[in-house]
This record gives sequence, structure tokens and C-alpha cells, in this order.
Amino acid sequence: MSDTLPLSIVNNRRMDKWLGFQPDRTVRLAVGKVEIGQGVLTALSQIAAEELDVAIGRIDILSGDTADAPDEGSTSSSQSIEVSGRSVRLVSAELRTRVIGRLAQRLNCAPEDLSVEDGVFLQDGNPTGHDYWSFAAPEDFAAAIEGSAVPKPFASYRVVGQPVPRRDLIAKVSGAAFIHDIVRSDMLHARALRQPSRGARLQALDEAAIRRAAGGAIQIVRVGDFVAFVGADETVVQRAAVAAPVHAVWTGVRELTPLQQEAAWFRDQPSDDRFIGDPGPPSEVGMVVSETYSRPFVAHAALAPSCGLAEYRDGHLSVWSHTQGVYPLRNALADILGLQRDQVTVRHAHGAGCYGHNGADDAALDAAIIALQVPDRCIRVQWRREEEFGYEPVSTAHMTRLRAALDDNGRPVDWTAEVWAGSHVQRPVFGGVMLAHEALPNPPPPAKANDPTEANGGGGTRNGFPMYDFPAKRVIHHLALQTPVRTSSLRGLGALPNVYALECFMDELAERAGIDPVEYRLSLLSDPRARHLIENVAARCDWASRWPVGTGRGLGLAWSRYKNKAAYACVAVELDVDQDVRLRRVWCAADAGLVINPDGARNQLEGGIVHAASMTLKEQVTLDGDGITSLDWASYPIMKFSEVPEIDVEIVARPELPTLGMGECTFGPTAAAIGNAVAHALGVRIRDMPLTRERIAAALVR
Amino acid sequence: MSIGLTVNGRDVALNADPVTPLLDVLRNYLDLKGTRYGCGLEQCGTCMVLIDGEAAYSCAREIGSVAGCSVVTIEGLGTPQHPHRLQTAFLEEQAGQCGYCLSGIIISAKALLDRNPAPSRADIVAALDKHLCRCGTHTRIIAAVQKAALMGEVA
Repeated sequence: MSDTLPLSIVNNRRMDKWLGFQPDRTVRLAVGKVEIGQGVLTALSQIAAEELDVAIGRIDILSGDTADAPDEGSTSSSQSIEVSGRSVRLVSAELRTRVIGRLAQRLNCAPEDLSVEDGVFLQDGNPTGHDYWSFAAPEDFAAAIEGSAVPKPFASYRVVGQPVPRRDLIAKVSGAAFIHDIVRSDMLHARALRQPSRGARLQALDEAAIRRAAGGAIQIVRVGDFVAFVGADETVVQRAAVAAPVHAVWTGVRELTPLQQEAAWFRDQPSDDRFIGDPGPPSEVGMVVSETYSRPFVAHAALAPSCGLAEYRDGHLSVWSHTQGVYPLRNALADILGLQRDQVTVRHAHGAGCYGHNGADDAALDAAIIALQVPDRCIRVQWRREEEFGYEPVSTAHMTRLRAALDDNGRPVDWTAEVWAGSHVQRPVFGGVMLAHEALPNPPPPAKANDPTEANGGGGTRNGFPMYDFPAKRVIHHLALQTPVRTSSLRGLGALPNVYALECFMDELAERAGIDPVEYRLSLLSDPRARHLIENVAARCDWASRWPVGTGRGLGLAWSRYKNKAAYACVAVELDVDQDVRLRRVWCAADAGLVINPDGARNQLEGGIVHAASMTLKEQVTLDGDGITSLDWASYPIMKFSEVPEIDVEIVARPELPTLGMGECTFGPTAAAIGNAVAHALGVRIRDMPLTRERIAAALVR
Repeated sequence: MSIGLTVNGRDVALNADPVTPLLDVLRNYLDLKGTRYGCGLEQCGTCMVLIDGEAAYSCAREIGSVAGCSVVTIEGLGTPQHPHRLQTAFLEEQAGQCGYCLSGIIISAKALLDRNPAPSRADIVAALDKHLCRCGTHTRIIAAVQKAALMGEVA
């Protein structure tokens, strides 16, 4: 049995790591996944409540704590419900089975005679005088989790599948709710002076000028080329940090040019090349068609700049972070700072939505470095807006060239996707480097180019393989050995640029074949779940009444199955183009198998649509001089209220099928549907994102 | 020197440098953490408060410039035990993902409903357009403000 256990249980076999019955008649549920705005803790609570048969309000969930919660790696890649949810279900079912089994022995009855109503045991419907809190005993928690208890059949679900409101939202609409709001009695505020780039050396620092600018008491902490300003008054340390860059002289600063901000730059860079899929060179037989698509570097652009708290007392470092993974962060901090892992505790605290690996972990390292220099105080590091934009790891630019050999009916018989991109994941556990580590006296070697394995969905290759019924398909991946700026994971990794390429190219091939794009897709697609979604969305958006190209109004459609193994989504977009693109309506259908919390799922699907639309139409990180130049919301605009379309989301219910991660499934289809709708509106294809006014103007004069 | 103002209906006298940002005063002097730092550049709206009834950024607003004014923060609208109808509507609509933008948005919505109790969708969009929401919860937020307006009609 244990070889089929989810990794979360394999790594955390003790029952008491997960569950406990507390004196106030609540159930303690401890999980390694963390809340990053996606509502995961509500969904996991629903699963535990369902299997234990207790009211959802009794679940007291603890998440992301290296002292008290299980190690479940990072909260990423839409795997929280697939992996952690499956674990919570198995663990809860097993605890219920254990306790009921013992009670049945005590009462000399069969376990089947017993039932649970909100934690109270009934025998043939009558009170037994026992409940979890009175009857559960240490022996129920002693044995390792087997994963052998059979969870409930979905047909009997009462909590799972119901919309359950988020318990954390009340604080967020009424006051303190975030890591930024934590106050400790002896807290000091801190800001960093950022090393402009890896390898830059601090030649001179006019500390007196910075102190004058601060206008109040500050301590200046220097460790190698890492500099921080620390003091009791946040306003004063903020002024020091704002003033500091002009009073610092650096040597060895890298030079960037705007050329490097384009995905095409990667084509000429040294790379690690991999060939995946059908062997042999791309076919030269028949009509061969090829087009190239790209997305530039984009930022996570969290609404809150990152924040980290750390205190070093009696040889123990305690850290609070809005990281996606408390255990990986703990390990990285211990390694960098020369501490034993058991000398470091990392606890998760809520931050703004991160959508991937942003500055959260780096801010925690800043705080930890300072805490070791200023022990016995709580150090609170708050990044500034330009710091978040300028120094968070961004998502790599990504170029996809597609090539199809067509049969006489214009349908592909041989398909090649060739991808050029930097690393899509550079978390510290994947060979990446943490920001301030590069400024310390013993900096790490340069980050090693790396990407998730194909089994984990790939990075640059994510959704690079089409799920269409093409006889031969292959992916050629050129993983650049270096990137001009740090890159790491952002919602969907390569899925958005690859699905944009794939689903735009499908429209182009359909047009070439003189076939309606939806009909063309369906003629090449046998997956019944995908077909159902496409037919659903085509009907809702009245695809049959689609008008001719080039009218200025466009309707486009696209679909994908995220990672080719998670949730399916199909999206149609109606928009107008004059100088800019104005989205009018979006229709979406998604299939994620058993959906735990339909309301939370809908929220994620809608959010993914808006986020992807923003990325497709507006977003690009710009580079020049010594780094990133898109440092505020004016130079890195995102979608505004007045630009958001009407969105109509439908979840196709499949409660009998396993849950599929769905936080990222609308991302690629939304981008491609916009690309296709713009082409329909203009009669001209734009293959490079973002689809800005300048790109539209350039396309029209081409 | 002492600066006097009203915050959430309470008179306060502050010994603060007059150039201190109002945001810092609210968060660090008065422990009102619901007003949030997002950019310090008046570009995102997470720091929005009411100053004499008007929605205003607090991140770059010097405390000296609001002497004698009445400032209302999200804590002044309602509490978890006694929420304002806007807060209730946001919870009923589950109009949030990460929630970082919400306190500022609710402040702007309050200013809107005070001057226009029955706003159209376009009025709401116009009032909120200076606010960023990175999670893409816009349509629910608009629905929540519409719901709060209807609750006001009934009340």
C-alpha cells in the first residue's frame, strides 16, 4: 500500500503530525501547504471535516510551520488539492477508522453499526456517550499511517463539493491580516541597500550622508556587500533606504541592454538542448508550415512588496515568511547562515498573492542576516515597491517555434515545437540562488540552469506537446544556461507561452485549410473531456454565428489541459480592437474532476483569466543599464477595473473522477483565445506578446 | 510639535514629524494595520483612507497636511463582530483572493456610496479604477459593491 501513498504522507507518517482532537472540541489539522490567496486551507478543511464527520467549523487548521506542521515541500504547480488533499483525505479516513474500530471492540459491536454525527458516535442511530474528544487515545496516533482506510464514496459527500466561505477573509476586510501587520514588542524596522547585480562590489558608502537623509537614529549593518538600515522608526529607515543608492559606489556591475528583454535574444545564447518525443528529424514531406511566437519576461508583481521577520535568540533563529515552502526556506537559510536545521524555525504568515516564486524568500533571508547581527530583537524587513519589481526573480522570456508538416487536407502529420527560454524554476532547492546570498562574503556559484522534469510537467516544455491526434510530435528544448536577470516560477511556467503558440497556430492552420477553427480542432481531438468543453464554450459564445474577419471585433477560442495531466479549460474571448484591445466578454468551461469547493474554484478560474489577459495584453519587464527598469505600476501596468470584461465561468461536474489541480488551467487558453480573437478582429496575426497598441499598429502596416 | 486630528471618530494628538506619511502614522503610531503599504507612489490604492469623507491615498500624504482633518480607516467602518454593510457584502460575495487590495477598495466604495447611494456598474468601475487587484477578483468586487448598495436601500 505504501508505494501508492502520496509523497506528503510518505514524508510524514506520524498521525499526530496531521491531526489532533483539542479540549475545546475542535480538530487540529496541520498541513504543509500554505494560503497564498487561493483558498486552499478552506478546501483542505472541507476534506478533513468530510472524512471525520465533524462540522467544518470545528477544523482548526495550522499550515506552514517547520516546528508543528508536516513537510509538504512548496505550495505550487496546482498540486495542493491533488497531493495534500489526497493526503488529508487518507489520513482523516484512517483516524476515523482507527477510533471507530476501538469503540466497536469496547461496545462489542461491528464497526458498521457505528456512525459519526459532528464528532459524536452513534450506534444504530442511538447515542453511545462517546465522541472523538472523549474516546480518542494516544494509541490511535501511535502507529504509522498506512493509507489503508477506505475514504467515503463521493455520493455520500456532505461538505466536499459545497461552496464554503473562506474564514481568513474577514480579517482581510477589516484590519490586520498579513505578515506586514505582525508587531513584536521589541521589533526593529529594516531596509536593504540592494547589490545592483551579482558580483558587484561596494567600493564606497557615504554613511554620514545616509544618516543625514534618514533624519533619525539608524544602525547600518554591513556583511560583505550586504547593507541594511535598521531602526525603531520605520519612516526613518525608509528614508535611509531611499537615499542610499546615490551614496553608494559599486564596481563590477553588469550591464544590460534592451535587446536582452526580448525572447528572441535567447536564440543565440548557449543552451542545454533536449529532444523529447518522437525520434527522428522533423518531416520534410508534404506542405511544411512554421511560425514563431513569444512572450517577454514578466513579473509576479504582487500587490504587496515582500516582507520578512526574523529574530535570533539563544542560538535559535525564528523566521516568519510568506514563502511558498517553509521547509525548503528553512533548509536554505540554515545552509547559507551556517546554522543547523534544528536551529531554525520558519512559520508561514499570509502575504499578498504571489503567483509563484517572488521576493518572499529573499526578504526572509534579509531579515535573518540582520537578525544574526542584531540578536535578541525582532527584525522586520519590508521591501520597497521598486525593490520588488527590480529584484524579485521574474518569469523568463520564452519563444516557441512551431512547425507542422500537413497532409492533403491541411492537417498535421508531423509536429515539432522548438522552445528557447531561461529556467522557469530557480527556487533554492532547484539550484537557484537567494538574492542577499550573492552579496555575502562567500557568495554561491552562479545558479545552474534547471527546469522541472517532464514527469513534473516540465518548465519550458510545459504544454509543449499538443494533445491533438497528430501521428508524430516532438519538442526540442533549448534551456539557456544563463539569463540576464534572475528567473523563477510564475503561474503555469511555460504553459502560457506554449499554449499561446499551439492554439494560435491551430487557428492559422485551420484558416489555411479553409476549415472553421472549432471544427478543425474537433477533427483532430479524440479526448472526450476536451471535446465536451470545446462544444460547451462554442455553444455558449454562439460560435456558429461568428462573423467574417477584419471587422474590428473578434471572437477567439482556445483550450488546454494544464500540464497535459491536470485540469482542462476552454476559453472564448470576444473583443474590440481599435488602437488598443478592449475585452468585451469571456466564456470559460473547466473540468477539474471532483471539485472540493466550487466557489473557491470559480474564483481561481476567474482570477486566472484576468491575470492571463493582463499578461497577454500589457505586461513586459524592461531591461537597461544595471538592471530592470520597469520599477513601478506606471512602467509595469496591469489590468484595471475598467479593462476587465464580463466573465462567465462554468465548471463541468465530474465528482466521480479524481480532483485535478485547477489554479493555473485557464492561463494558456485565455492568452491564446485573445490572440485568436485579435487575429479575427484585424485579419492580421500578432505572434509576440504583449499585444500592445504599438504591436497592433506595427501589424497593421505590415 | 503636536498634530491634532480625528481618526475613526477619536481625537488624537501626535508627536510626529509633520513630513511623516499618514500611512506610517496610522500603521505604526496608531496600530491601525488595515491601511496597507503597496507602492508609496499613489499608484495602487492599498493605502486608501477617507479624509473628510473623500477617498485619499495615505502613502505619500504628509501628516502635517491633515492636521484638523477627520480620517477614517477600514477599522473605522466596522469590526468582525459589527461589520459595515460593505464588509458584509464582500464576505457574502467571497469577493477576495489574497485580500491585500480589499481594505483600500472598500474605503473607495464607501466614499462612492456616501455620495451616490445607487451607483451604476459604470459608476463603481470609475470609482475603483485607481485600485489594482492582482488576483483578478474584479467582477466579484464590483458585485459586492452593488450588493452593499442594495443593502443600503433596504436599511
